[in-house]
Amino acid sequence: MSPAAPVGIVLVSHSADVAASVAALAVGLAGGGGTAPILPAGGLPDGGLGTSAELIRSAAEAVDGGAGVALLVDLGSAVLTVKALLAEGDELPEGARLVDAPFVEGAVAALVTASAGGDLDAVAAAASEAYAYRKE
Amino acid sequence: MGEGVGVSRGETFGAGFFVRWLEGTASAVDREAGLLTELDSAIGDADHGVNLKRGFAAVAELLAKEPPATPGAVLVAAGRQLISTVGGASGPLYGTLLRRTGKALGEDERVGRERLAEAFGAGVAAVSQLGGAQVGDKTMLDALVPAVEALWTSFGAARTAAEEGALATVPLRARKGRASYLGERSIGHQDPGATSSALLFAELAGTARAEGAA
Repeated sequence: MSPAAPVGIVLVSHSADVAASVAALAVGLAGGGGTAPILPAGGLPDGGLGTSAELIRSAAEAVDGGAGVALLVDLGSAVLTVKALLAEGDELPEGARLVDAPFVEGAVAALVTASAGGDLDAVAAAASEAYAYRKE
Repeated sequence: MGEGVGVSRGETFGAGFFVRWLEGTASAVDREAGLLTELDSAIGDADHGVNLKRGFAAVAELLAKEPPATPGAVLVAAGRQLISTVGGASGPLYGTLLRRTGKALGEDERVGRERLAEAFGAGVAAVSQLGGAQVGDKTMLDALVPAVEALWTSFGAARTAAEEGALATVPLRARKGRASYLGERSIGHQDPGATSSALLFAELAGTARAEGAA
């Protein structure tokens, strides 16, 4: 467990395009040099809409540096699949956590916080706080 | 019930019975995929049939290739396969049902009906917790909960209770999942998840009957 390793982030959407675009948006807005590792896990392996446990597992492993992995999800089966994988215990890296946050805003907040060196609690808190930002 | 409290009276079932049950379910889901999708097109996103068909076909394939040695192991392997392959909400829900039921069965080589009913209680509780749903929310729980309760009596009673539970979802208003967005318009349609749960219990009863158990 290196204290220098940033928290990893996985974006789980029903759509590969949505997950990839939100990841690109977050990287763009987090800006500057390097960001914490972030990967999309969108849609089914064949490109259709849905949730793939395999894509989620492989993305979580790829972004895991030992400091934990924050999983942000969109709807329905994305939420249930991540919860079911977490309940299994050994399906996702140690320290993996489902973060209750709005998908787009939460992804940006999570990546900025993780890139600044925040730990998993800080990343989760920043992403969840995005719910409190009213738009009117 | 009554006599031999906590002890299963009569037949016990080994891993082969559970494999045959799930293979039967795979066939039933394949046969009824059109109906499930039709029900889901009324109040869902029209993928329940195709998703479950993909999942249970993968389960049947896995069990044929690497048949686990105990009833619990069969259900755990099947549940994991459903979570991995379904792609929709029914994957984690059915996957959790089978896996938790399998875990509750432990490593026993043979289990009786009452033992299975008890383990199913744990599985159904896990589904309820995962989805945050209760009986009356127009979900698979409307078939599962009465079916598991009736399984203490007989396999046939469980089958009937699941079918009646699925039919009873017709007048309900959906409170979970995509159907809940429809509000009042979800009333008058049978829930696809409760319908597929009834198939699971119909196959359980059919497998038991084929082996001389009731």
